[in-house]
Amino acid sequence: MQQSTEVAPGARVIPNVVAPRPVAAPAREASTADKPAVIASDLWAYFGDTAAVKDVSFAAPAQAVTAIIGPSGCGKSTLLRCLNRMHETAPNTRVEGKVEILGTSIYGEGTSATVVRRHVGMVFQRPTPFPTMSIRNNVAAGLRVAAERPQSRAGLQDTIEEALKRAGLWEEVKDRLDDSAMALSGGQQQRLCIARALAIRPRVILLDEPTASLDPLSTQKIEELVYHLRETVTVVIVTHNMQQAARVSDRTAFLLVGELVEFAATNALFTAPKDPRTEAYITGRFG
Amino acid sequence: MRTRTSRHWLSGVMIGLTYLAAILATLPLLLILAHLIGKGASSLSLSFFTNMPKPVGETGGGMANAIVGTLILIGIASLIGLPIGIGGGIYLSEKRRTPLAHTVRFLSDVLNGLPSIVMGIFAWEFLVRPAGHFSALAGGAAVGAMMIPLVTRTTEEMLRVVPTSLREAALALGYPKWRTSLSVVLRTALAGIATGALVAVARIAGETAPLLFTAFGNQFWSTSVHEPIAALPLQIFTYAISPYDEWHAQAWAGALVLITIVLVISLAARVVTRSRFGAAVD
Repeated sequence: MQQSTEVAPGARVIPNVVAPRPVAAPAREASTADKPAVIASDLWAYFGDTAAVKDVSFAAPAQAVTAIIGPSGCGKSTLLRCLNRMHETAPNTRVEGKVEILGTSIYGEGTSATVVRRHVGMVFQRPTPFPTMSIRNNVAAGLRVAAERPQSRAGLQDTIEEALKRAGLWEEVKDRLDDSAMALSGGQQQRLCIARALAIRPRVILLDEPTASLDPLSTQKIEELVYHLRETVTVVIVTHNMQQAARVSDRTAFLLVGELVEFAATNALFTAPKDPRTEAYITGRFG
Repeated sequence: MRTRTSRHWLSGVMIGLTYLAAILATLPLLLILAHLIGKGASSLSLSFFTNMPKPVGETGGGMANAIVGTLILIGIASLIGLPIGIGGGIYLSEKRRTPLAHTVRFLSDVLNGLPSIVMGIFAWEFLVRPAGHFSALAGGAAVGAMMIPLVTRTTEEMLRVVPTSLREAALALGYPKWRTSLSVVLRTALAGIATGALVAVARIAGETAPLLFTAFGNQFWSTSVHEPIAALPLQIFTYAISPYDEWHAQAWAGALVLITIVLVISLAARVVTRSRFGAAVD
Protein backbone atom coordinates (compact mmCIF):
# COMPACT_ATOMS: atom_id res chain seq x y z
CA MET A 1 0.00 0.00 0.00
CA GLN A 2 3.03 2.26 0.06
CA GLN A 3 3.07 5.03 -2.45
CA SER A 4 6.07 4.15 -4.54
CA THR A 5 8.19 7.15 -5.16
CA GLU A 6 11.52 5.39 -4.98
CA VAL A 7 13.46 4.92 -8.15
CA ALA A 8 14.92 1.46 -7.82
CA PRO A 9 14.26 -0.37 -4.57
CA GLY A 10 17.31 -2.16 -3.32
CA ALA A 11 19.62 -0.15 -5.54
CA ARG A 12 20.01 2.48 -2.85
CA VAL A 13 22.14 2.65 0.24
CA ILE A 14 20.54 3.64 3.52
CA PRO A 15 20.24 7.40 3.35
CA ASN A 16 21.58 9.63 6.03
CA VAL A 17 18.26 10.64 7.53
CA VAL A 18 19.72 13.45 9.58
CA ALA A 19 21.07 15.47 6.70
CA PRO A 20 18.64 18.01 5.24
CA ARG A 21 17.56 17.07 1.78
CA PRO A 22 16.78 19.31 -1.17
CA VAL A 23 13.15 20.08 -1.80
CA ALA A 24 13.28 19.43 -5.50
CA ALA A 25 16.21 18.62 -7.74
CA PRO A 26 19.61 18.85 -6.05
CA ALA A 27 20.74 21.26 -8.77
CA ARG A 28 18.54 23.96 -7.30
CA GLU A 29 20.19 23.69 -3.92
CA ALA A 30 22.91 26.23 -4.61
CA SER A 31 20.56 29.05 -5.42
CA THR A 32 18.38 28.68 -2.31
CA ALA A 33 20.81 30.21 0.15
CA ASP A 34 20.58 33.72 -1.18
CA LYS A 35 17.16 33.48 -2.77
CA PRO A 36 13.94 33.86 -0.76
CA ALA A 37 12.46 30.46 0.12
CA VAL A 38 8.86 31.40 -0.63
CA ILE A 39 7.93 33.82 -3.38
CA ALA A 40 4.28 34.63 -4.06
CA SER A 41 3.56 36.75 -7.12
CA ASP A 42 0.21 38.30 -8.06
CA LEU A 43 -1.58 35.71 -5.97
CA TRP A 44 -5.38 35.60 -5.98
CA ALA A 45 -7.42 33.06 -4.00
CA TYR A 46 -11.16 32.62 -4.41
CA PHE A 47 -14.05 30.99 -2.59
CA GLY A 48 -16.59 30.72 -5.36
CA ASP A 49 -16.66 34.24 -6.83
CA THR A 50 -15.35 35.96 -3.71
CA ALA A 51 -11.67 36.80 -3.67
CA ALA A 52 -10.19 36.18 -0.21
CA VAL A 53 -6.64 37.02 -1.27
CA LYS A 54 -6.23 39.86 -3.76
CA ASP A 55 -3.12 40.27 -5.83
CA VAL A 56 -0.65 39.52 -3.07
CA SER A 57 3.07 39.47 -3.79
CA PHE A 58 5.71 38.88 -1.15
CA ALA A 59 8.90 36.96 -0.61
CA ALA A 60 9.71 35.12 2.61
CA PRO A 61 13.46 34.90 3.19
CA ALA A 62 15.01 31.50 3.73
CA GLN A 63 15.72 30.39 7.30
CA ALA A 64 13.79 33.21 8.83
CA VAL A 65 10.36 33.63 10.36
CA THR A 66 7.81 35.58 8.35
CA ALA A 67 4.62 36.56 10.17
CA ILE A 68 1.30 37.35 8.52
CA ILE A 69 -0.92 39.55 10.67
CA GLY A 70 -4.26 41.21 10.19
CA PRO A 71 -7.79 41.31 11.59
CA SER A 72 -10.07 38.26 11.50
CA GLY A 73 -11.30 37.41 8.03
CA CYS A 74 -8.55 39.36 6.26
CA GLY A 75 -7.47 36.28 4.33
CA LYS A 76 -4.28 35.47 6.21
CA SER A 77 -5.11 31.80 6.68
CA THR A 78 -6.21 31.54 3.06
CA LEU A 79 -2.94 33.10 1.93
CA LEU A 80 -1.02 30.60 4.04
CA ARG A 81 -3.05 27.71 2.65
CA CYS A 82 -2.12 28.79 -0.87
CA LEU A 83 1.53 28.16 -0.03
CA ASN A 84 1.12 24.38 0.25
CA ARG A 85 -1.89 24.02 -2.03
CA MET A 86 -4.28 23.31 0.83
CA HIS A 87 -6.66 26.03 -0.33
CA GLU A 88 -7.81 23.88 -3.23
CA THR A 89 -8.89 21.04 -0.92
CA ALA A 90 -11.99 23.02 0.07
CA PRO A 91 -14.89 22.77 -2.36
CA ASN A 92 -15.41 25.47 -4.97
CA THR A 93 -12.07 27.22 -4.56
CA ARG A 94 -9.57 28.59 -7.05
CA VAL A 95 -6.08 30.06 -7.02
CA GLU A 96 -4.52 32.40 -9.58
CA GLY A 97 -0.98 33.67 -9.73
CA LYS A 98 2.32 32.12 -8.93
CA VAL A 99 3.97 30.64 -5.85
CA GLU A 100 7.56 29.57 -5.98
CA ILE A 101 9.00 27.51 -3.17
CA LEU A 102 12.76 26.92 -3.21
CA GLY A 103 12.79 27.48 -6.93
CA THR A 104 9.85 25.22 -7.77
CA SER A 105 6.66 26.74 -9.08
CA ILE A 106 4.10 24.84 -6.99
CA TYR A 107 1.16 25.68 -9.23
CA GLY A 108 3.21 24.88 -12.31
CA GLU A 109 2.10 22.28 -14.77
CA GLY A 110 3.01 18.76 -13.76
CA THR A 111 3.57 19.66 -10.12
CA SER A 112 1.40 17.52 -7.87
CA ALA A 113 -0.23 19.06 -4.81
CA THR A 114 0.54 15.92 -2.83
CA VAL A 115 4.24 16.20 -3.54
CA VAL A 116 4.25 19.92 -2.68
CA ARG A 117 2.69 19.17 0.70
CA ARG A 118 5.38 16.59 1.46
CA HIS A 119 7.95 19.37 1.28
CA VAL A 120 6.00 22.17 2.94
CA GLY A 121 4.87 21.26 6.44
CA MET A 122 1.77 22.73 8.06
CA VAL A 123 0.45 23.04 11.60
CA PHE A 124 -3.11 24.13 12.26
CA GLN A 125 -4.91 26.31 14.73
CA ARG A 126 -6.23 23.42 16.78
CA PRO A 127 -4.00 20.43 17.52
CA THR A 128 -4.82 17.59 15.14
CA PRO A 129 -3.08 14.44 16.34
CA PHE A 130 -4.47 11.27 14.74
CA PRO A 131 -6.59 9.79 17.54
CA THR A 132 -6.14 6.17 16.51
CA MET A 133 -2.36 6.39 16.54
CA SER A 134 0.19 6.28 19.33
CA ILE A 135 2.52 9.21 19.93
CA ARG A 136 5.24 7.36 18.02
CA ASN A 137 3.03 6.61 15.03
CA ASN A 138 1.76 10.17 14.92
CA VAL A 139 5.30 11.43 14.44
CA ALA A 140 5.94 8.71 11.86
CA ALA A 141 2.67 9.36 10.00
CA GLY A 142 4.15 11.66 7.39
CA LEU A 143 7.16 9.42 6.87
CA ARG A 144 4.92 6.71 5.49
CA VAL A 145 4.27 8.74 2.37
CA ALA A 146 7.52 10.73 2.29
CA ALA A 147 9.73 10.55 -0.75
CA GLU A 148 12.66 9.50 1.35
CA ARG A 149 11.90 7.47 4.42
CA PRO A 150 14.11 5.70 6.92
CA GLN A 151 14.94 2.24 5.63
CA SER A 152 15.52 0.58 8.98
CA ARG A 153 13.75 0.42 12.33
CA ALA A 154 16.66 2.12 14.02
CA GLY A 155 16.67 4.87 11.41
CA LEU A 156 12.96 5.39 12.00
CA GLN A 157 13.47 5.58 15.77
CA ASP A 158 16.22 8.15 15.29
CA THR A 159 14.03 10.26 13.04
CA ILE A 160 11.16 10.13 15.54
CA GLU A 161 13.43 11.03 18.44
CA GLU A 162 15.03 13.87 16.54
CA ALA A 163 11.68 15.32 15.46
CA LEU A 164 10.36 15.17 19.03
CA LYS A 165 13.53 16.82 20.31
CA ARG A 166 13.26 19.61 17.77
CA ALA A 167 9.66 20.14 18.85
CA GLY A 168 10.77 20.23 22.50
CA LEU A 169 8.54 17.31 23.43
CA TRP A 170 11.02 14.44 23.75
CA GLU A 171 11.64 14.73 27.49
CA GLU A 172 7.94 14.72 28.23
CA VAL A 173 6.98 11.70 26.11
CA LYS A 174 10.10 9.53 25.76
CA ASP A 175 8.79 6.99 28.28
CA ARG A 176 5.33 6.69 26.78
CA LEU A 177 5.79 6.75 23.03
CA ASP A 178 3.21 3.99 22.59
CA ASP A 179 0.45 5.77 24.50
CA SER A 180 -2.43 7.33 22.63
CA ALA A 181 -1.67 10.83 21.40
CA MET A 182 -5.00 11.86 22.89
CA ALA A 183 -3.55 11.38 26.39
CA LEU A 184 -1.40 14.49 25.89
CA SER A 185 -2.40 18.00 26.94
CA GLY A 186 -3.43 20.54 24.30
CA GLY A 187 -0.04 22.21 24.27
CA GLN A 188 1.75 18.87 24.04
CA GLN A 189 -0.57 17.79 21.23
CA GLN A 190 0.31 20.93 19.31
CA ARG A 191 4.03 20.30 19.78
CA LEU A 192 3.39 16.71 18.65
CA CYS A 193 1.85 18.12 15.47
CA ILE A 194 4.93 20.28 14.99
CA ALA A 195 7.12 17.19 15.48
CA ARG A 196 4.97 15.33 12.95
CA ALA A 197 5.47 18.12 10.46
CA LEU A 198 9.21 18.30 11.16
CA ALA A 199 9.76 14.54 10.88
CA ILE A 200 9.58 14.62 7.10
CA ARG A 201 12.23 17.35 7.10
CA PRO A 202 10.38 20.08 5.29
CA ARG A 203 12.42 23.08 4.21
CA VAL A 204 9.42 25.32 4.76
CA ILE A 205 6.88 25.06 7.56
CA LEU A 206 3.57 26.92 7.71
CA LEU A 207 1.97 27.64 11.08
CA ASP A 208 -1.68 28.70 11.06
CA GLU A 209 -2.28 30.45 14.39
CA PRO A 210 -0.57 27.60 16.21
CA THR A 211 -1.18 29.03 19.68
CA ALA A 212 -4.75 30.27 19.23
CA SER A 213 -6.22 27.45 21.31
CA LEU A 214 -3.45 27.21 23.91
CA ASP A 215 -2.80 28.61 27.38
CA PRO A 216 -0.06 31.24 27.93
CA LEU A 217 2.55 28.74 29.14
CA SER A 218 2.10 26.40 26.17
CA THR A 219 2.06 29.46 23.92
CA GLN A 220 5.41 30.55 25.31
CA LYS A 221 6.91 27.11 24.67
CA ILE A 222 5.73 27.15 21.08
CA GLU A 223 7.00 30.67 20.53
CA GLU A 224 10.45 29.68 21.79
CA LEU A 225 10.29 26.69 19.49
CA VAL A 226 9.38 28.83 16.48
CA TYR A 227 12.18 31.21 17.36
CA HIS A 228 14.70 28.37 17.16
CA LEU A 229 13.19 26.68 14.14
CA ARG A 230 14.55 29.42 11.88
CA GLU A 231 17.99 27.93 12.28
CA THR A 232 16.94 24.98 10.14
CA VAL A 233 13.73 25.81 8.30
CA THR A 234 11.87 28.68 6.74
CA VAL A 235 8.81 29.52 8.84
CA VAL A 236 5.68 31.37 7.77
CA ILE A 237 3.35 31.99 10.71
CA VAL A 238 -0.15 33.41 10.71
CA THR A 239 -1.18 35.07 13.92
CA HIS A 240 -3.79 37.52 15.11
CA ASN A 241 -1.59 38.31 18.06
CA MET A 242 0.64 41.25 17.19
CA GLN A 243 2.91 40.78 20.22
CA GLN A 244 3.53 37.26 19.05
CA ALA A 245 4.46 38.44 15.57
CA ALA A 246 6.79 41.02 17.11
CA ARG A 247 8.39 38.40 19.36
CA VAL A 248 9.03 35.60 16.90
CA SER A 249 9.29 36.99 13.39
CA ASP A 250 11.96 38.63 11.26
CA ARG A 251 9.58 40.02 8.69
CA THR A 252 5.91 40.84 8.96
CA ALA A 253 3.18 41.12 6.36
CA PHE A 254 0.05 43.09 7.23
CA LEU A 255 -3.06 41.95 5.39
CA LEU A 256 -6.36 43.82 5.21
CA VAL A 257 -9.46 42.50 3.40
CA GLY A 258 -7.32 40.27 1.25
CA GLU A 259 -4.81 42.92 0.24
CA LEU A 260 -1.22 43.12 1.35
CA VAL A 261 -0.95 46.55 2.92
CA GLU A 262 2.63 46.45 4.09
CA PHE A 263 5.46 43.97 4.15
CA ALA A 264 8.63 44.91 5.98
CA ALA A 265 11.17 43.89 8.57
CA THR A 266 9.21 43.21 11.77
CA ASN A 267 11.05 45.87 13.72
CA ALA A 268 10.42 48.52 11.09
CA LEU A 269 6.77 47.57 10.63
CA PHE A 270 6.00 47.84 14.33
CA THR A 271 8.06 50.94 15.10
CA ALA A 272 7.76 52.95 11.90
CA PRO A 273 4.87 51.72 9.75
CA LYS A 274 4.75 53.40 6.38
CA ASP A 275 1.06 52.91 5.67
CA PRO A 276 -1.45 54.79 7.87
CA ARG A 277 -3.69 51.65 7.90
CA THR A 278 -0.85 49.61 9.38
CA GLU A 279 -0.26 52.25 11.99
CA ALA A 280 -3.96 52.34 12.87
CA TYR A 281 -4.02 48.56 13.25
CA ILE A 282 -0.89 48.14 15.34
CA THR A 283 -1.80 51.02 17.62
CA GLY A 284 -5.12 49.32 18.21
CA ARG A 285 -7.44 51.74 16.52
CA PHE A 286 -9.30 48.89 14.78
CA GLY A 287 -9.24 45.13 14.34
CA MET B 1 -43.03 35.21 38.53
CA ARG B 2 -42.65 31.78 40.03
CA THR B 3 -41.26 31.47 43.55
CA ARG B 4 -38.08 29.63 44.32
CA THR B 5 -39.93 26.81 46.06
CA SER B 6 -42.35 26.22 43.21
CA ARG B 7 -39.48 26.06 40.71
CA HIS B 8 -37.71 23.51 42.89
CA TRP B 9 -40.92 21.53 43.21
CA LEU B 10 -41.49 21.54 39.45
CA SER B 11 -37.89 20.56 38.82
CA GLY B 12 -38.27 17.63 41.21
CA VAL B 13 -41.42 16.42 39.46
CA MET B 14 -39.80 16.65 36.02
CA ILE B 15 -36.69 14.79 37.14
CA GLY B 16 -38.94 12.15 38.67
CA LEU B 17 -40.79 11.78 35.35
CA THR B 18 -37.58 11.31 33.41
CA TYR B 19 -36.49 8.62 35.88
CA LEU B 20 -39.85 6.93 35.40
CA ALA B 21 -39.48 7.09 31.61
CA ALA B 22 -35.99 5.62 31.82
CA ILE B 23 -37.24 2.73 33.92
CA LEU B 24 -40.23 2.13 31.64
CA ALA B 25 -37.91 2.09 28.62
CA THR B 26 -35.84 -0.76 30.03
CA LEU B 27 -38.76 -2.60 31.60
CA PRO B 28 -39.90 -4.55 28.50
CA LEU B 29 -36.45 -6.03 27.96
CA LEU B 30 -36.15 -7.04 31.61
CA LEU B 31 -39.65 -8.58 31.59
CA ILE B 32 -38.96 -10.50 28.38
CA LEU B 33 -35.64 -11.77 29.70
CA ALA B 34 -37.15 -12.84 33.01
CA HIS B 35 -40.06 -14.54 31.28
CA LEU B 36 -37.81 -16.32 28.78
CA ILE B 37 -35.51 -17.57 31.49
CA GLY B 38 -38.48 -18.73 33.53
CA LYS B 39 -40.08 -20.60 30.64
CA GLY B 40 -37.08 -21.70 28.59
CA ALA B 41 -34.23 -22.37 31.00
CA SER B 42 -35.72 -25.70 32.13
CA SER B 43 -35.57 -27.11 28.59
CA LEU B 44 -32.02 -25.88 28.06
CA SER B 45 -29.27 -28.41 28.42
CA LEU B 46 -26.17 -29.36 26.51
CA SER B 47 -28.27 -31.68 24.35
CA PHE B 48 -30.35 -28.71 23.18
CA PHE B 49 -27.25 -27.41 21.43
CA THR B 50 -25.95 -30.75 20.16
CA ASN B 51 -29.07 -32.77 19.33
CA MET B 52 -31.42 -32.69 16.38
CA PRO B 53 -35.15 -32.10 16.84
CA LYS B 54 -37.04 -35.22 17.92
CA PRO B 55 -40.46 -36.24 16.59
CA VAL B 56 -43.53 -35.39 18.60
CA GLY B 57 -43.98 -37.63 21.61
CA GLU B 58 -40.31 -38.26 22.18
CA THR B 59 -38.75 -36.24 24.97
CA GLY B 60 -35.47 -34.35 24.69
CA GLY B 61 -34.03 -33.30 21.39
CA GLY B 62 -32.51 -29.97 20.52
CA MET B 63 -32.08 -27.34 17.88
CA ALA B 64 -28.49 -27.95 16.78
CA ASN B 65 -29.46 -27.61 13.13
CA ALA B 66 -31.34 -24.33 13.72
CA ILE B 67 -28.51 -22.79 15.75
CA VAL B 68 -25.94 -23.67 13.10
CA GLY B 69 -28.39 -22.59 10.38
CA THR B 70 -28.86 -19.19 12.00
CA LEU B 71 -25.10 -18.72 12.24
CA ILE B 72 -24.69 -19.65 8.55
CA LEU B 73 -27.47 -17.25 7.57
CA ILE B 74 -25.82 -14.47 9.60
CA GLY B 75 -22.56 -15.27 7.83
CA ILE B 76 -24.09 -15.09 4.33
CA ALA B 77 -25.99 -11.91 5.22
CA SER B 78 -22.81 -10.27 6.53
CA LEU B 79 -20.85 -11.22 3.42
CA ILE B 80 -23.49 -9.50 1.32
CA GLY B 81 -24.58 -6.67 3.58
CA LEU B 82 -21.34 -5.44 5.15
CA PRO B 83 -19.17 -4.78 2.05
CA ILE B 84 -22.01 -3.11 0.17
CA GLY B 85 -23.18 -1.19 3.22
CA ILE B 86 -19.74 0.01 4.28
CA GLY B 87 -18.80 0.85 0.68
CA GLY B 88 -22.02 2.80 0.26
CA GLY B 89 -21.41 4.64 3.52
CA ILE B 90 -17.91 5.61 2.42
CA TYR B 91 -19.28 6.93 -0.86
CA LEU B 92 -21.95 8.96 0.93
CA SER B 93 -19.45 10.58 3.27
CA GLU B 94 -16.81 11.27 0.61
CA LYS B 95 -19.21 12.64 -2.02
CA ARG B 96 -21.70 14.23 0.33
CA ARG B 97 -23.37 16.67 -1.99
CA THR B 98 -23.56 14.86 -5.34
CA PRO B 99 -27.02 14.12 -6.76
CA LEU B 100 -26.21 10.40 -6.59
CA ALA B 101 -25.40 10.71 -2.88
CA HIS B 102 -28.75 12.40 -2.19
CA THR B 103 -30.55 9.67 -4.12
CA VAL B 104 -28.69 6.84 -2.41
CA ARG B 105 -29.32 8.40 1.01
CA PHE B 106 -33.04 8.72 0.32
CA LEU B 107 -33.38 5.24 -1.14
CA SER B 108 -31.51 3.62 1.70
CA ASP B 109 -33.87 5.30 4.15
CA VAL B 110 -36.79 3.89 2.16
CA LEU B 111 -35.15 0.47 2.06
CA ASN B 112 -34.66 0.68 5.82
CA GLY B 113 -38.39 1.15 6.27
CA LEU B 114 -39.31 -1.64 3.87
CA PRO B 115 -41.39 -4.34 5.61
CA SER B 116 -39.21 -7.43 5.94
CA ILE B 117 -41.89 -9.69 4.47
CA VAL B 118 -41.62 -7.70 1.24
CA MET B 119 -37.91 -8.36 1.21
CA GLY B 120 -38.73 -12.05 1.55
CA ILE B 121 -41.18 -12.00 -1.37
CA PHE B 122 -38.63 -10.17 -3.47
CA ALA B 123 -35.90 -12.71 -2.69
CA TRP B 124 -38.34 -15.52 -3.45
CA GLU B 125 -39.22 -14.01 -6.81
CA PHE B 126 -35.64 -13.47 -7.91
CA LEU B 127 -33.63 -16.16 -6.12
CA VAL B 128 -35.95 -19.01 -5.14
CA ARG B 129 -38.25 -19.20 -8.16
CA PRO B 130 -35.55 -19.17 -10.86
CA ALA B 131 -33.52 -21.75 -8.90
CA GLY B 132 -36.58 -23.88 -8.34
CA HIS B 133 -35.91 -24.54 -4.67
CA PHE B 134 -35.54 -22.80 -1.32
CA SER B 135 -31.99 -22.21 -0.16
CA ALA B 136 -29.82 -20.78 2.60
CA LEU B 137 -28.33 -18.49 -0.01
CA ALA B 138 -31.72 -16.89 -0.78
CA GLY B 139 -32.43 -16.49 2.94
CA GLY B 140 -29.02 -14.95 3.60
CA ALA B 141 -29.43 -12.61 0.64
CA ALA B 142 -32.84 -11.46 1.89
CA VAL B 143 -31.58 -10.57 5.39
CA GLY B 144 -28.29 -9.31 3.95
CA ALA B 145 -30.23 -6.81 1.85
CA MET B 146 -31.92 -5.65 5.06
CA MET B 147 -28.50 -4.96 6.58
CA ILE B 148 -27.37 -2.72 3.72
CA PRO B 149 -29.29 0.46 4.61
CA LEU B 150 -28.51 0.09 8.31
CA VAL B 151 -24.79 -0.32 7.69
CA THR B 152 -24.71 2.39 5.02
CA ARG B 153 -26.21 5.02 7.26
CA THR B 154 -24.19 4.18 10.38
CA THR B 155 -20.98 4.06 8.32
CA GLU B 156 -21.75 7.44 6.80
CA GLU B 157 -22.59 8.85 10.23
CA MET B 158 -19.38 7.53 11.77
CA LEU B 159 -17.23 8.87 8.92
CA ARG B 160 -18.99 12.21 9.07
CA VAL B 161 -18.08 12.80 12.70
CA VAL B 162 -14.38 12.44 11.88
CA PRO B 163 -13.39 16.12 12.03
CA THR B 164 -12.36 17.81 8.77
CA SER B 165 -9.26 19.01 10.61
CA LEU B 166 -7.95 15.43 10.73
CA ARG B 167 -8.52 15.03 7.01
CA GLU B 168 -6.67 18.30 6.43
CA ALA B 169 -3.82 17.26 8.72
CA ALA B 170 -3.29 14.12 6.64
CA LEU B 171 -3.52 16.00 3.35
CA ALA B 172 -1.04 18.57 4.64
CA LEU B 173 1.42 15.76 5.37
CA GLY B 174 1.28 14.82 1.72
CA TYR B 175 -1.18 11.95 1.95
CA PRO B 176 -2.98 11.39 -1.35
CA LYS B 177 -6.74 11.77 -1.08
CA TRP B 178 -7.51 8.04 -1.24
CA ARG B 179 -4.95 7.34 1.45
CA THR B 180 -6.32 10.07 3.67
CA SER B 181 -9.75 8.49 3.41
CA LEU B 182 -8.40 5.02 4.04
CA SER B 183 -5.74 5.31 6.71
CA VAL B 184 -6.94 8.37 8.58
CA VAL B 185 -10.68 8.90 8.13
CA LEU B 186 -11.73 5.26 7.86
CA ARG B 187 -9.24 4.19 10.52
CA THR B 188 -10.51 6.81 12.93
CA ALA B 189 -14.10 5.76 12.35
CA LEU B 190 -13.38 2.04 12.37
CA ALA B 191 -14.56 1.31 15.90
CA GLY B 192 -17.81 3.12 15.17
CA ILE B 193 -18.29 1.31 11.89
CA ALA B 194 -17.62 -2.06 13.54
CA THR B 195 -20.19 -1.20 16.18
CA GLY B 196 -22.71 -0.29 13.50
CA ALA B 197 -22.01 -3.56 11.68
CA LEU B 198 -22.53 -5.59 14.85
CA VAL B 199 -25.73 -3.74 15.67
CA ALA B 200 -26.97 -4.52 12.15
CA VAL B 201 -26.07 -8.19 12.60
CA ALA B 202 -27.90 -8.29 15.92
CA ARG B 203 -30.85 -6.62 14.27
CA ILE B 204 -31.22 -9.23 11.49
CA ALA B 205 -30.28 -12.30 13.56
CA GLY B 206 -33.85 -12.64 14.73
CA GLU B 207 -35.60 -11.83 11.45
CA THR B 208 -38.27 -14.37 10.61
CA ALA B 209 -40.44 -12.99 7.83
CA PRO B 210 -37.76 -12.78 5.08
CA LEU B 211 -36.79 -16.41 5.80
CA LEU B 212 -40.30 -17.89 5.55
CA PHE B 213 -40.11 -18.55 1.85
CA THR B 214 -36.39 -18.26 1.21
CA ALA B 215 -34.41 -20.29 3.77
CA PHE B 216 -37.70 -22.07 4.50
CA GLY B 217 -36.47 -24.09 7.45
CA ASN B 218 -35.31 -27.68 7.60
CA GLN B 219 -36.07 -30.45 10.11
CA PHE B 220 -32.82 -32.15 9.17
CA TRP B 221 -29.15 -31.36 9.39
CA SER B 222 -27.97 -29.24 6.46
CA THR B 223 -25.11 -26.83 6.06
CA SER B 224 -25.33 -26.52 2.28
CA VAL B 225 -26.05 -23.02 1.08
CA HIS B 226 -28.06 -24.43 -1.84
CA GLU B 227 -30.47 -26.39 0.37
CA PRO B 228 -33.26 -25.14 2.58
CA ILE B 229 -31.76 -24.47 6.00
CA ALA B 230 -33.10 -24.41 9.53
CA ALA B 231 -33.05 -21.15 11.45
CA LEU B 232 -33.87 -20.42 15.08
CA PRO B 233 -36.65 -17.90 14.41
CA LEU B 234 -38.33 -20.29 11.95
CA GLN B 235 -38.00 -23.21 14.33
CA ILE B 236 -39.46 -21.13 17.14
CA PHE B 237 -42.35 -20.12 14.90
CA THR B 238 -43.07 -23.72 13.87
CA TYR B 239 -42.90 -25.01 17.42
CA ALA B 240 -44.85 -22.17 18.96
CA ILE B 241 -47.89 -22.61 16.70
CA SER B 242 -47.88 -26.40 17.16
CA PRO B 243 -50.38 -27.98 19.57
CA TYR B 244 -47.74 -29.93 21.56
CA ASP B 245 -46.55 -28.92 25.00
CA GLU B 246 -43.02 -30.35 24.51
CA TRP B 247 -42.64 -28.25 21.38
CA HIS B 248 -43.83 -25.15 23.23
CA ALA B 249 -41.13 -25.70 25.83
CA GLN B 250 -38.58 -26.14 23.05
CA ALA B 251 -39.77 -22.88 21.43
CA TRP B 252 -39.16 -21.01 24.71
CA ALA B 253 -35.70 -22.47 24.98
CA GLY B 254 -35.00 -21.53 21.33
CA ALA B 255 -36.15 -17.98 22.01
CA LEU B 256 -33.82 -17.80 24.99
CA VAL B 257 -30.89 -18.96 22.85
CA LEU B 258 -31.76 -16.50 20.09
CA ILE B 259 -31.97 -13.55 22.46
CA THR B 260 -28.70 -14.62 24.06
CA ILE B 261 -26.98 -14.58 20.64
CA VAL B 262 -28.33 -11.09 20.02
CA LEU B 263 -27.24 -9.91 23.47
CA VAL B 264 -23.74 -11.30 23.00
CA ILE B 265 -23.41 -9.51 19.66
CA SER B 266 -24.65 -6.26 21.21
CA LEU B 267 -22.18 -6.61 24.06
CA ALA B 268 -19.39 -7.24 21.56
CA ALA B 269 -20.42 -4.00 19.85
CA ARG B 270 -19.96 -2.14 23.12
CA VAL B 271 -16.57 -3.70 23.77
CA VAL B 272 -15.41 -2.75 20.27
CA THR B 273 -16.53 0.84 20.83
CA ARG B 274 -14.53 1.05 24.03
CA SER B 275 -11.34 -0.36 22.56
CA ARG B 276 -8.14 1.45 23.40
CA PHE B 277 -7.86 4.21 20.84
CA GLY B 278 -11.35 3.88 19.41
CA ALA B 279 -12.86 5.43 22.51
CA ALA B 280 -11.47 8.81 21.55
CA VAL B 281 -13.86 8.98 18.61
CA ASP B 282 -16.94 7.67 20.34
